[in-house]
Amino acid sequence: MFGYSTLAILLAIGFIFGTVAEKKHLKELREKENLLKGILLSTSKKHSFLKDSQHSTLVTGHVVVALDYFKRFVASIVNLIGGRVFSFESLVDRGRREAIIRMKEDAHRNGFNSIVNVRIETSNIGGSAGKKGGMGAIEVMAYGTAVKHS
Amino acid sequence: MILTNLESVPGKSISTHFGLVSGSTIRAKHIGRDFMAGFKNILGGELKGYTELLNESRQEAVKRMIAQANSLGANAIINIRFSTSSITQGAAELYVYGTAVSVS
Repeated sequence: MFGYSTLAILLAIGFIFGTVAEKKHLKELREKENLLKGILLSTSKKHSFLKDSQHSTLVTGHVVVALDYFKRFVASIVNLIGGRVFSFESLVDRGRREAIIRMKEDAHRNGFNSIVNVRIETSNIGGSAGKKGGMGAIEVMAYGTAVKHS
Repeated sequence: MILTNLESVPGKSISTHFGLVSGSTIRAKHIGRDFMAGFKNILGGELKGYTELLNESRQEAVKRMIAQANSLGANAIINIRFSTSSITQGAAELYVYGTAVSVS
């Protein structure tokens, strides 16, 4: 009996705080993306303007994000049936956008206006969400070479 | 030291290749951070403690790579790649590698 009520409380806390935090985060992401849209991103290595640029440096951005208790519970149920795991999709999306924003901020701080050869890497650090003790935390890292071009 | 993940340094030409240089660190979680992460585990969202931890460790790995390149007499590292692997529960290896060159 005690076990079920604890589970219900944790699910409720996870659902309420998780949803509020997600909405806030998405709003922040939109604002920051708007501010930084002047910085060009490219996954290509070859650009005609690279010949003329005198300065370039490596820029990185990373973030570790985790699922809330409710979403992890939903993910473990979807795991039984199969299908799209919506709760994970939004987490990974938020993580990637945040990492890209941090990389752009790094470039912007140092006075660069474009980033070429962008690579994005995702790795699981907290163990799988379904397993005991697993947090369902992922680390997203974005990196590239910042250059100045006119 | 010029760092880039392109195959050449923009606006400069490569004069000498020194070969592969790399740096790595293996970090375990700090107990205080782990405790806070336990709370965050219920609420979800960004785990700031871990972001910082991985950031510091990655800078350490880059520093080691730069030290290696310096000892070879290089002034730039090109084609840099990062890789992360979790070795055991609670420890992660951060590895960075690239090619040391001298440019002019």
